Amino acid sequence: MKFVDEFRDAAVIKKAAEEIRRLADPQRHYRFMEVCGGHTHAIYRFGLKDLLPPNIELIHGPGCPVCVLPMGRIDDGLSMATDPNVIFTAFGDMMRVPGREGSPLEHRARGKDVRIVYSPSDALKLAQRNPDKHVMFFAIGFETTAPSTALTLLRARRLGLANFSVFCNHVTIIPAIRAILDSPDMRIDAFIGPGHVSTVIGCRPYEWIARNEHKPIAISGFEPLDILQSILMLLRQLRAGESKVENQYKRVVPWDGNLAALKALAEVFELRPYFEWRGMGFISQSALRIKPAYAAWDAEQRFRVPGIRVTDPKAAQCGEVLKGALKPVQCKLFGKECTPEHPIGALMVSSEGSCAAYYNYEHRKAPLASIENAVGVPA
Amino acid sequence: MTAAGPKIRFRDPQIEMAHGAGGKASRRLVEGLFAPLLFGSLSEPLVDAALVSINGSQVAITTDSFVVTPLRFPGGSIGELAVNGTVNDLAVSGAQAEKLVATYVLEAGLPTEILESEVRAMAQAAQNAGVSIVGGDTKVVEHGKADRMYITTTGIGRPIPGLNIRARNVCAGDKVLLSGPIGDHGITILLARGELDIEAKICSDTRSVLPFVQAIAAKAAGGVRWMRDPTRGGVATCLNELARDCDLCVTVFEERVPVHDAVRGACELLGLDPLHIANEGQFVAVIAPEYAHDALQAMHEIPGGDQSLIIGEIREKPAGTVLGSTGYGGTRVIDMLVGDPLPRIC
Amino acid sequence: MCLAIPAKVIELPKDNPSCALVEVVGVRRQIDTGLLQDSPPVVGDWVLVHVGFAMSKVSEEQALDQLRMLSMLGEEAAVFEEVQGYDSVASDTAQALPPRDNGFKAPI
Repeated sequence: MKFVDEFRDAAVIKKAAEEIRRLADPQRHYRFMEVCGGHTHAIYRFGLKDLLPPNIELIHGPGCPVCVLPMGRIDDGLSMATDPNVIFTAFGDMMRVPGREGSPLEHRARGKDVRIVYSPSDALKLAQRNPDKHVMFFAIGFETTAPSTALTLLRARRLGLANFSVFCNHVTIIPAIRAILDSPDMRIDAFIGPGHVSTVIGCRPYEWIARNEHKPIAISGFEPLDILQSILMLLRQLRAGESKVENQYKRVVPWDGNLAALKALAEVFELRPYFEWRGMGFISQSALRIKPAYAAWDAEQRFRVPGIRVTDPKAAQCGEVLKGALKPVQCKLFGKECTPEHPIGALMVSSEGSCAAYYNYEHRKAPLASIENAVGVPA
Repeated sequence: MTAAGPKIRFRDPQIEMAHGAGGKASRRLVEGLFAPLLFGSLSEPLVDAALVSINGSQVAITTDSFVVTPLRFPGGSIGELAVNGTVNDLAVSGAQAEKLVATYVLEAGLPTEILESEVRAMAQAAQNAGVSIVGGDTKVVEHGKADRMYITTTGIGRPIPGLNIRARNVCAGDKVLLSGPIGDHGITILLARGELDIEAKICSDTRSVLPFVQAIAAKAAGGVRWMRDPTRGGVATCLNELARDCDLCVTVFEERVPVHDAVRGACELLGLDPLHIANEGQFVAVIAPEYAHDALQAMHEIPGGDQSLIIGEIREKPAGTVLGSTGYGGTRVIDMLVGDPLPRIC
Repeated sequence: MCLAIPAKVIELPKDNPSCALVEVVGVRRQIDTGLLQDSPPVVGDWVLVHVGFAMSKVSEEQALDQLRMLSMLGEEAAVFEEVQGYDSVASDTAQALPPRDNGFKAPI
């Protein structure tokens, strides 16, 4: 596959790994946070941790839009599907996320019309093909995905489509990074930045991280060589005492972002004053809602939404794991009450949440005791 | 006096779709409910086919049901799956299928033309596989109570001489052989449902694997430790069952696993892992190292066997785990899924 | 938020200006190019596809540049170290030694 296989070249990966080992200061313990769930997934899937020296620790950030969605919002979405004339559509990632009475897939097994779509435009097409039904699209994702929802809403309006609505749960990445940096138990040296979000927002929105917080950040692609090169960039910056935003993913990320996408976002969405992030609490100006001009396609306007808050059990230490203060395996519930099959907290719910990724890809590779020794005493 | 009886370890309050997907949830249902009640205490791991003794002769018997939408798809249809699936279950259990019986549950309103087409497909598949269908049963249920057609086939066969297939026989150092490219069937079905609007020239790999098993038996029977067909849940599930049953580590050399380009493209687009995708014409075998070359050569000499290769080996640790090893020194745990693989966007 | 793959534009339907047919190793899908309306792709362009929308064009030039730099890793490292060493010597001594400029650029 072009533009993919070249960045998985084993020989070059080995060279990059050697260079990392050469550059990493043996007197220093590095803590790099990869913000995006897709990076967490890639790191585990390609076994990249095995290539890093023991003094480089990767902390998994909150960039998993499924993980950070409070359970109450899932219940809200499913409540709309109780009407037999409603078709509930969502990405595959949402389908196994448990609400209080089961996940969307479980609701489907009980007779609700729940369908997986690959694209919001497929949900729109479904509405066009089923004029006697109402199609509700459960929209999730960061700024990577929001513009696609925006264009779909613009199209719905142009078509005057009456039987389509969007339940908007889009969130924005910068407030999440700010919340991480603001938390007192945070100890992160540098960031591996979200490459695909940046195709939309560009690299400027991260400048305050480098300038005000003095943390290097490399906007990274998702192939093994991208991630390894980003780590090299961070090591070089730290060695030189620098902190700046570097664009590692130059082949697709424009420094100024995608103007058309940003315009579409501004046309259709506005910022909610605050939004609850599972495991992190309420963060202001961190989520999008549909503007009044598009209220006809806003599922929250068309349906009566219960809006019940569901809190996670106190024993779930998702917040600390999200901020990098704890490793998944150090949470008391990890692997016991909380597994991918029976997720209790945010980070086990999606396969790229730190706990789920760790569970699926990692924790049987070595006995738990030696892993705990390797990570050291919790902060 | 307390009532004696088998201990039911299956605690889910109701049956969910995941319980039929071939992954962890299915395993829990079978081992936690069916096995204790039907089989009593298990001294051996569950296998695809049971070996029974009737009037002094050893006979292998297995059954499988086929529930697929759409009924017809590129490369095959439910009828062919119903024959090949059971023939293959017997083959990987070391038996040559001889006779099949079939039951049909038909939904009222099913066009006769469709039923006839599937029955013809079954007759043809049976002929190709060298088995005869000797009996069956039909039930018709109300519209909405069955997804057009469900087929169950039960097959009996004779053990293939020389083969002794048991997970306990597997040792560190053994090689893992895969018959050919993976993921074709599952991706074909996913695309054939038409909901993803993706076009690709992929078709189901449904076929009988009996000729390959017989070929390996002829050249390398003494070295065959274990076999299984990676149907629902894919190679990952199959190898996880092995790792757990033999309590060793199955290491897969990921860059060696063959995947057709189009299957790979569809998987990358949808965020799926080919190792979790169903196959209907492949099998995995564990072969003692000194027999591996002969086994491979036997496969290569048969039409359709040319793409088989060694994709991994058995190691001591970590026990009970399937490890994927990259070409550059990284490893990852290849786990069994809970339910069916789903497309993702993250 | 992150699954996006590079795909090649193989057809632009005339009746629908914000649509394109893309292909990746033989797999084809219609995608929406509305986010690239400021610089619409042409047949042969590679675009990054996420949930059925083109997010960005893929620059072959940048990709090759990056791969070239990566493949030079290790080889140039020793030279780079040496050049860096000259700079620190120069700042230590009153008399600045001219650094050896062989037109070398750091690998990353």
